[in-house]
Amino acid sequence: MKTVNLDHLSASPILPEVRDEMLPFLSQEYGNPLSRHSMGTNPRKALEEARGALAGLIGASAQELVFTSCASESNNLAIKGVALAHSKKGRHIIASPIEHHSVIHPLKSLERQGWEISWLHVDDKGRVDPREVDSLVRRDTCLITVTSASNEIGTIEPIKEIGINAREKGVLFHTDAAACVGNIPIDVRDLCVDLLSLAGNTFYGPPGSGALYVRQGVKIFPIIEGGVQEGGLRAGTQSVAAIVGMGAAAKLANKMLSGRSAHLITLREAMIEGVLGGVPDSFLTGDRQMRLPGHASFCIKFIEGESILMHLNSLGLSGTSGSTCSSEALRLSHVLEAIGVDPVWAQGSVTFTVGLDNTIEDVESLVKNLPIVVGKLRQMSPLT
Amino acid sequence: MGQPHQFSEYSEKVIDHFTNPRNFGAIEDANGVGQVGNPKCGDIMQLYIKVQDDIIEDAKFKTFGCCAAIATSSILTEMIKGMKLDDLGAVTNSAIAEALGGLPKIKLHCSVLAEDALKAALSDYHRRTGTKK
Repeated sequence: MKTVNLDHLSASPILPEVRDEMLPFLSQEYGNPLSRHSMGTNPRKALEEARGALAGLIGASAQELVFTSCASESNNLAIKGVALAHSKKGRHIIASPIEHHSVIHPLKSLERQGWEISWLHVDDKGRVDPREVDSLVRRDTCLITVTSASNEIGTIEPIKEIGINAREKGVLFHTDAAACVGNIPIDVRDLCVDLLSLAGNTFYGPPGSGALYVRQGVKIFPIIEGGVQEGGLRAGTQSVAAIVGMGAAAKLANKMLSGRSAHLITLREAMIEGVLGGVPDSFLTGDRQMRLPGHASFCIKFIEGESILMHLNSLGLSGTSGSTCSSEALRLSHVLEAIGVDPVWAQGSVTFTVGLDNTIEDVESLVKNLPIVVGKLRQMSPLT
Repeated sequence: MGQPHQFSEYSEKVIDHFTNPRNFGAIEDANGVGQVGNPKCGDIMQLYIKVQDDIIEDAKFKTFGCCAAIATSSILTEMIKGMKLDDLGAVTNSAIAEALGGLPKIKLHCSVLAEDALKAALSDYHRRTGTKK
């Protein structure tokens, strides 16, 4: 049976060109970029080339990028790093309620240590209101953090508006852009962000590669202390192969961004129209227009998400769900809660994310099979 | 360290009962109906039983929930059909999970829910018929 990946935000294929560039660093070029002897020469060169490529993708300077192991690490470094470095200014942080867990958990941990977090509201599409952000800024606010786009509902946030206001008020602004970088144009200068998290595996690089953009002159403290790697902001020997892969993926993304986007939007539109048209009593979550190019998320009433995914899985189709039963903690998605979806209908949440390797046939297979699966489960439902 | 469970960890029996659920639907002339769970938590089980001469003649279910919730409901109806009321004490949550070839740890509460559904249906039966308990 053919397996169709409709869960690209969980895992995207590593492009062959990317893998080819990585391979030497998994064999003969295993040297440590920090070494002064000749074994370190090529790895160090490759590392800096990757930094340049990644900087090019987001409009940054190479020296403003800190390599990390993933976007979760970047988010932790940004939030804890700013909080610790600026605690003299104040211990107040403004955050959206639809952040990734790798933003929410560090914030909750800071809260337990005496920081005060103001949680923003979002509307029913998951949009943050820049005016509310503005109104919550205080003299002791040390950081604003708002995701560029939620991986669960795909809504793209008004980052630039928030960034301009934050810059005016002199408050640092971080955005988790893991779901965006390499998929939509991101320019850190244009967006007025001070810190930005990204991951290589969301744009066809390898998992285990990530970076944090830290604007020149912005002070943060490291979380992992030790050697002098990454300007002292992230100690530990770099995974050169992973970083080279991310650099290669960044180069490709930079070159092909608009073509990629167009392909993904075509598939997304077919998915949204097909699912909403084929499954009665279902609705889209997140914004209809301002959403990630390859992202379609729904709530399907009267049934539960894990059951839907399980049936789809047996047909070779993948996806994710924010339902209680789909979560290891047995808790409903905080994002669906924040946008005010009725918790009963939120149980029927399903999210599909397409990528470059998908075709219109893949989407047609979903659109054909989903109504059958839904019908089967609804037959058994006490809610219908 | 613990890892989240995957679909592939469901036993063959769980997958069989989920894919081909037995005895789903309602019994029009049921004399015991039990409903447990809460849709906000992601699970509701409705169990219909028809008891005659202290024997469960028929059992059907309707379930809103995950794969494990549907599979436990399905096997529960299979287990209790034809059973004497006096013997139902043996249908515990662990017996239900065992009959499915085990459940991932995080899904064990589904077998508890199934046992609760049975208890609820039985007490409804006793209430309706004015029998013991």
